[in-house]
Amino acid sequence: MSQLRFTKDHEWIRVDGGVAVVGITDYAQSQLGDIVFVEVPAKGKALKAGGEAAVVESVKAASEVYAPITGEVVEGNVALPDAPETVNQDAQGAGWFFKMTLGSPSELDGLMDQAAYDKYLAELKA
Amino acid sequence: MTAADTTTGNAGLAIEQALIFEQNTDSATGVDLAPVPHTRRKLGALERKAPIGLPGMAEPEVVRHYTRLSQKNYSIDTGFYPLGSCTMKHNPRLNEKMARLPGFAEIHPFQPVATVQGALEVTDQLAKWLTALTGMAGVAMSPAAGAHGELCGLLCIRSAHEAKGQGHRRIVLVPESAHGTNPATATLAGYQVESIPATASGHVDFAALKARLRNDVAAVMITNPNTCGLFETECIEIAAAVHAAGAYFYMDGANFNALVGRVRIADLGVDAMHINLHKTFSQPHGGGGPGAGPTVLSAALADFAPVPFVVANAGAYGVAEHVGRDAGKAAFGRMKGFQGQFGVYVRSLSYILALGIDGLRQASGDAVLNANYLRAKLSAELTPAFPGLCMHEVVFDDTWLKGTGVATLDIAKALIDEGFHPMTMYFPLVVHGALLMEPTETESKATLDQFAAALLALARRAKRGDQAEWFKAAPRLAPRRRLDETKAARKPVLRWRPVESHAGGNGGTARQAAE
Repeated sequence: MSQLRFTKDHEWIRVDGGVAVVGITDYAQSQLGDIVFVEVPAKGKALKAGGEAAVVESVKAASEVYAPITGEVVEGNVALPDAPETVNQDAQGAGWFFKMTLGSPSELDGLMDQAAYDKYLAELKA
Repeated sequence: MTAADTTTGNAGLAIEQALIFEQNTDSATGVDLAPVPHTRRKLGALERKAPIGLPGMAEPEVVRHYTRLSQKNYSIDTGFYPLGSCTMKHNPRLNEKMARLPGFAEIHPFQPVATVQGALEVTDQLAKWLTALTGMAGVAMSPAAGAHGELCGLLCIRSAHEAKGQGHRRIVLVPESAHGTNPATATLAGYQVESIPATASGHVDFAALKARLRNDVAAVMITNPNTCGLFETECIEIAAAVHAAGAYFYMDGANFNALVGRVRIADLGVDAMHINLHKTFSQPHGGGGPGAGPTVLSAALADFAPVPFVVANAGAYGVAEHVGRDAGKAAFGRMKGFQGQFGVYVRSLSYILALGIDGLRQASGDAVLNANYLRAKLSAELTPAFPGLCMHEVVFDDTWLKGTGVATLDIAKALIDEGFHPMTMYFPLVVHGALLMEPTETESKATLDQFAAALLALARRAKRGDQAEWFKAAPRLAPRRRLDETKAARKPVLRWRPVESHAGGNGGTARQAAE
């Protein structure tokens, strides 16, 4: 299992056997509050780095989940729409949103690693 | 679940009221109908085999039921309603009197035009006021509400681009400080939306906007004053840059109530702007009545306005109904079955004529003054999201709640116990834990002082540090305590369903299992 990478929009991405798994970070779910609605992309949807990929809605706000890199959706987490609370309970595990191909693996290098993301969060909270 | 610890569940004269289906008494009825004489039944297999399930009640109980429910409403007629972005101002009763005049209230859209000349004159006069107040070339009156007016503006823009061979422009730029309806409207009009960030001061990031203005951009939609309650000071420069790039400038006019009589919209370089008549020109709205969203248009767009519209011809009024026949070929089509929300037109014209140009100017000034009065008073304990003066609404962030364990939501719930409708929460999204308040010009200083005193007292309590539990338990005095909003969103129960009826009939109350 490779290491986690993060975007400034609080998505995480983890490459696992040639496929990347994407979700929102634990910080993102804590800021959103109780999540009440999730829409995940269908298999085959083409994603552009930074483009809209999924939708997440909490009691406070509706937000887009952006694709961290370019690629194609391999699988959406179909369990999520019926159990959106999973994102609150396990944002960086069972609460994953979709799996995608790595259209341009070098894009991963532009994302933050855990240490850089922690530093980024510390700045946000300051 | 009820707030009161009484035998009846009633809290003093606030009567606890069950659902009407739960009050069902099969033996009771409000009317005595004579038995139906025997006729040959022609329904065949479609004939109903079981009772329809309507509740049986006596007339006095029905009257009490709905009166009690109406008493649970909180409205601008009962109290202060500072819901930000919604312009909950007083609705003058003169407007209602005018709207109920039989010559306005009892006419029909299919009546011959010769018999509704007065109604057409009202529509035409209001149209003239709206173009005069904005300095714009034309106005499409028929859009039924704000977002419908946005759609009207974007469809005019699309038609204008297509007429110029610029149909390849597919992008609409919308800043983060715009109303949430703007991106939805652009999408509905067939465009792709791209977001433009806001600066730390709460304004459109002009540099970012300018960098994105290429020849695939059809329009830029800006809300001004924006949802942060701030005037977009670079509006004129933005419009010039948008025009230089061959795009059109849409301004969301939902907050026009802050500008009436003070800013001539045409001078800002605007091509299209909807006006929420129900907000700026006072109508019962938000469940109290329909809205209306006429869209004022620049000379570049006016010819594309949709049918129908009123045509004044030597003292007689007609209606242009057909594209290409009586309305010119450019009109993009039709948005609404008839003439628009005519009752709203009557109220708006009544409001405008009652206030006059000086009164309208004072109304926008007082709206801004009241918002800044609240801003100044509340800044003693709360933290304004942006420095400097605001327009008609003021937004605070939740920095002042840091470390208290109390959230924006808890403050809103505690305000209910103080007898106020809470402010808008968690919007605009660019402000963390936002509390957005729009007092409007019709509130007295005494009301604003009372509201500020209540909110400041709550703020001081929150800052004591050990009050999180007290806040989480609010509201205590409302007909219901804190509702489970998460469950309501995740597992909504949208209609009452009877549980298995009790043996021997359905006279007993059948309370829903999911409640």
